[in-house]
Amino acid sequence: MANGTMSETAIDFSLNEEMKLLQQSVRDFAETEIRPRVLEHDEAQTFPLEVFKKMGELGFLGATVPTDLGGAGMSAVEFVIIMEEIARVDPSVGLILAAHSGLCLQHIFLFADEIQKKRFVPDLATGAKIGSWCLTEPGSGSDASGLKTTAVKGGEGYRLHGSKCFITNGSYASTYVVMAKTDPSQGNKGMSAFVVERDREGVSVGKKENKLGMRASDTVTMTFDNVLIPRENLLGREGEGFHQALTVLDSGRIGIAALSVGLAQGALEAAIKYSKERQAFGKPIAEFQAIQFKLAELATHIQAARLLTYRAAIAKKKGEPINQVAAHAKLFASEVAQRAATEAVQIFGGYGFIKDFPVEKFYRDAKLLTIGEGTSEVQRMVIAKNLLRS
Amino acid sequence: MKLAVCISHVPDTATKITIGADGKSIDTTGVNYIIGPYDEYAIEAALRLKEKMTGEVVVISLGGDAHKESLRKALAMGADKAVLLKDASPRDSFSVARAVADYLKEFSPDITFFGKQAVDYDNSAVGLMVAEMLGLPSAAVVVKFEVKDGSLLAEREIEGGHEVVEVKLPAVLTMQKGEYEPRYPSLKGIMAAKSKPIEERQPSASSPKVEILSMLKPPPKPAGKIVGTDASAVPELVRLLHEEAKVI
Repeated sequence: MANGTMSETAIDFSLNEEMKLLQQSVRDFAETEIRPRVLEHDEAQTFPLEVFKKMGELGFLGATVPTDLGGAGMSAVEFVIIMEEIARVDPSVGLILAAHSGLCLQHIFLFADEIQKKRFVPDLATGAKIGSWCLTEPGSGSDASGLKTTAVKGGEGYRLHGSKCFITNGSYASTYVVMAKTDPSQGNKGMSAFVVERDREGVSVGKKENKLGMRASDTVTMTFDNVLIPRENLLGREGEGFHQALTVLDSGRIGIAALSVGLAQGALEAAIKYSKERQAFGKPIAEFQAIQFKLAELATHIQAARLLTYRAAIAKKKGEPINQVAAHAKLFASEVAQRAATEAVQIFGGYGFIKDFPVEKFYRDAKLLTIGEGTSEVQRMVIAKNLLRS
Repeated sequence: MKLAVCISHVPDTATKITIGADGKSIDTTGVNYIIGPYDEYAIEAALRLKEKMTGEVVVISLGGDAHKESLRKALAMGADKAVLLKDASPRDSFSVARAVADYLKEFSPDITFFGKQAVDYDNSAVGLMVAEMLGLPSAAVVVKFEVKDGSLLAEREIEGGHEVVEVKLPAVLTMQKGEYEPRYPSLKGIMAAKSKPIEERQPSASSPKVEILSMLKPPPKPAGKIVGTDASAVPELVRLLHEEAKVI
């Protein structure tokens, strides 16, 4: 591949011509279609359905899905490019994409059989349907194996019973991937994953959470009241659910890392622009070293986070193990995002604290990134476990 | 239908331009280049016509290898083929038009689209010069058009309103913002563009008719004037806006 991601030197993080074109196109899209209504959706906590539909039409949602299943046939590297550009303008739209494509669609694509793929993947890849991924429960977050939802096998299929919380895209989704215990006596090994359609009897959407940030993304509780799930909706085999969920989270973390890089980049660009315009003591504040050092430090951290994220995406593209590299990227990038948002608010001073400027929202949105899809503490546990193995 | 779209590769309109050391060209360091915004309306217009009537859209640009970036984007938007008239040396409008006209003579499209102007030198000249050189009818500053057997009706912007003109095909149109808001390249389009050809051609040479002697930055904006700080200043402000600034 000429000018590709990996040249013969085997260390090459440069973007090829198509990747640059993709980056520019997504940036234009985000600036024109997303930017004008960022604050409105944030204030009202409304889901930008129009933006979601357009992202489906342009192929963003199914970027990594093969063309015969309605996708664009691209790789994790292109997904990272798309995510960064979306999150640079609105991280909560990035989160919608992360839950839909990075978790729900990715889970089905990785573990469904051929028939299931044909049933579920194309509608998710084109955005005809919205996807959601249900793991967390009121009593189990980081300790995912402690979930209480059950799926009891009977004559007609499984009866799914339990409730899930913090479910992203929940109110708008019509396709859910749900983790439940098929054999509670087996702990981790007793968990299975199912595709659950919205219109099944007993599926209900509960309370919509009123959140600190990421407010255009929809977060709800979901209740499954003795929902009958046919056997054809079981993903893989019984007992594989926990392993599947961890594999999906590994790959999802690359998406959250990219989201974090995008948020940090958006915050940095806003801070640079403001520091050139804002005058204090007779000159733009950008001329003060106190501001310059902050900007330089942020730019350096963001570049490091971006390279870690590309590194993880390239590993995924090449089919290498990603557990460790994805955790590195997610841990570092999410903490950089939080720092970038904090420093950007500091550079804006009082204006950083009000909603007329974009960094106030970045500050609120950033916090989710060190929590969702594995907290920073969980990432450190994953990394340390790999270090101490053998 | 054979549709040609001639595009320019120009500095991003958000770029801050500085004048180069020679005093007669711009400093290109760090300048991001894009397809001319009016040329994007031209691409969109051609693509919509093709989708309605079938045909082929060929996108053409004259310049160095860097122009391939813009040609590739046009291919990703949906154009079928690209031609680079490869010559990186500076040319005036006439010599660009001459080379484009020479190429189009051989390709003979039914409609050739341009943007109403490139946003670099702002001459608004090449499209209409090409029409003249090829002896073709043209309509400039077109916001909307409709093809009707063997001719087309073009709605064009004029001072204070629009006029509708009819031109016989083949014809040349220069496009203005209006009906044809350009599409974003889709991911499928970007993937498809990889395998679409960019043909390189040696453009014909001709002597320029215009030589750039020097470039100057516009004078800095004069400082604002504060007429007063309370309601009593309103009549004076209205008078100044009316009589001096002539904006109301």
